[in-house]
Amino acid sequence: MQRLKSLTQHTGFAVAVVVLALLIVWYMAALWMNGQQLIMTLERTQQPWTYLEIVRNAYGIARPPLPVPHQIAVELYNSIVNQPITSRRSLLYHTIITLNSTLLGFAMGSILGILIAVGIVHNRTLNASLMPWVIASQTVPILAIAPIIVVVLGSINITGILPKAMISMYLSFFPVTIGMVKGLRSADKLHMELMMTYNASAQQMFWKLRWFSAQPYLFASLKIAISAALVGAIVAELPTGAQGGLGARLLSGSYYGQTIQIWAALIMSALLGWFLITLVGLAERWILKRRGAVL
Amino acid sequence: MNALHPDVMNRPTTSGRSMVEVNNLSLIFEANDAPVHALSEINLTIHKGDFVSFIGPSGCGKTTLLRVIADLEQATSGEIKVGGTSPNDARLNRMYGYVFQAPALFPWRTIRSNCALPMEISAQSKTHQHAQIDKYLQMVGLQDFHNKFPWQLSGGMQQRASIARALCLEPELLLMDEPFGALDEITRDHLNIELLKIWEATGKTLVFVTHSIPEAVLLSTHIVVMSPRPGRIVKVIESPLPRHKTLALRDTDAFHALASEIRQALAEDHQLD
Repeated sequence: MQRLKSLTQHTGFAVAVVVLALLIVWYMAALWMNGQQLIMTLERTQQPWTYLEIVRNAYGIARPPLPVPHQIAVELYNSIVNQPITSRRSLLYHTIITLNSTLLGFAMGSILGILIAVGIVHNRTLNASLMPWVIASQTVPILAIAPIIVVVLGSINITGILPKAMISMYLSFFPVTIGMVKGLRSADKLHMELMMTYNASAQQMFWKLRWFSAQPYLFASLKIAISAALVGAIVAELPTGAQGGLGARLLSGSYYGQTIQIWAALIMSALLGWFLITLVGLAERWILKRRGAVL
Repeated sequence: MNALHPDVMNRPTTSGRSMVEVNNLSLIFEANDAPVHALSEINLTIHKGDFVSFIGPSGCGKTTLLRVIADLEQATSGEIKVGGTSPNDARLNRMYGYVFQAPALFPWRTIRSNCALPMEISAQSKTHQHAQIDKYLQMVGLQDFHNKFPWQLSGGMQQRASIARALCLEPELLLMDEPFGALDEITRDHLNIELLKIWEATGKTLVFVTHSIPEAVLLSTHIVVMSPRPGRIVKVIESPLPRHKTLALRDTDAFHALASEIRQALAEDHQLD
């Protein structure tokens, strides 16, 4: 009894129960959706069928409406382990392409976002003139902007990773700007006055006080920015006829009805997003620990 | 007992002995409904080496006056000289050290690094910085805690660190705004004695804001009694107590007499209200 109680209170147990419930729902839904498709096909060709046959075959269709986890797992295994990384059939090959433009766009977006925030905080005119544009930029649908950027840059012979990174940058600079403006303005009033009594210059005020006050806000923003950059990179690969990347993989999967391939790419992009956010989280822990925070 | 009326303090200063000179100074905060007379016709001279306390109920302008001296607040009318120049020049020349009510240590810096901050800003050499920090952390008894972060120290220790930080720049003038106001009485007694030791050892001019009568009596050579609405000086009392003081002084008749004189000055004014 005691052991059962301690087992149910374990976090791992709770997670396992939820995962199990999800799997059951998933397999049931797949049986229903794939089974219906099977029945329709069999009836159209006027072949006899039994429910037992349907259940037996529902999880083995090549292009099922809803693939089940073990099919996706097999697809992931085959496209990662059984393919050389340089092959266009390798999922890792596409993942690395997306990762590259995500990281480049994230770096560009973070720097741009920080620079805009510094301008807004230090300059009254920029504060009044820039902020509305920053906000307006995010109300434009990225799906509409993405092809325009690719075409415009393509016409001046900029192709490859840069147009994709620009779209990532477009999405990721925004949370950084908003967070940094808030962070740079969060400097303690007492600390500001203390710096005034030392006759600190605006630069010293920034590097010794504002920059540090802003760091917790910056990291919260960077976590949002890096996932936005990933979305940007994938969206950039969708409408632009890109030959590689997770977005291209998703698109080609939907062209050819390769549902298992779509789901594998989906899982891969989720894993990539989780990995990137974890990376930012580790950097945050490392930096905050260095500045003496209790973690 | 030598009680000086504010007008008497308005005498011409002899040679360069005065550290702070305030003439007819007023400060009015423009509020939405009616202007607030934070300071009204203040006249005051603080001499080099003095330990001057501003005492009075809240709203009497004691902190505002200290902030005017520090150039954190600008007077509406009147004159003020700090170290012979304007408060602005005094601030730009880093002539004073300011200790706030809260320690105001940067949480991302160690105690040592916090003390280094003003010297980093005034671009002093690393070796000089370390020598100064060692000297003044020793003086406030924090030499063993120099690598700790602020949150690892008690409130009293944090405030001592902030005093050490102010001393590191070797300012001639030390401005302290209720530095021990948030501490318990035992810690406060202890820090009062330490502050007196530092004052005796360094010969600095100290301006100290407090709302504790015993603290003002124990520390000061001059006590400036202030009153609110409008903020003004009602009396400046020169302490008859010796410059070198101990906690035992608090049980003497002279101590009690001075405390009651302050209390009377505060009370008299309240009857006028």
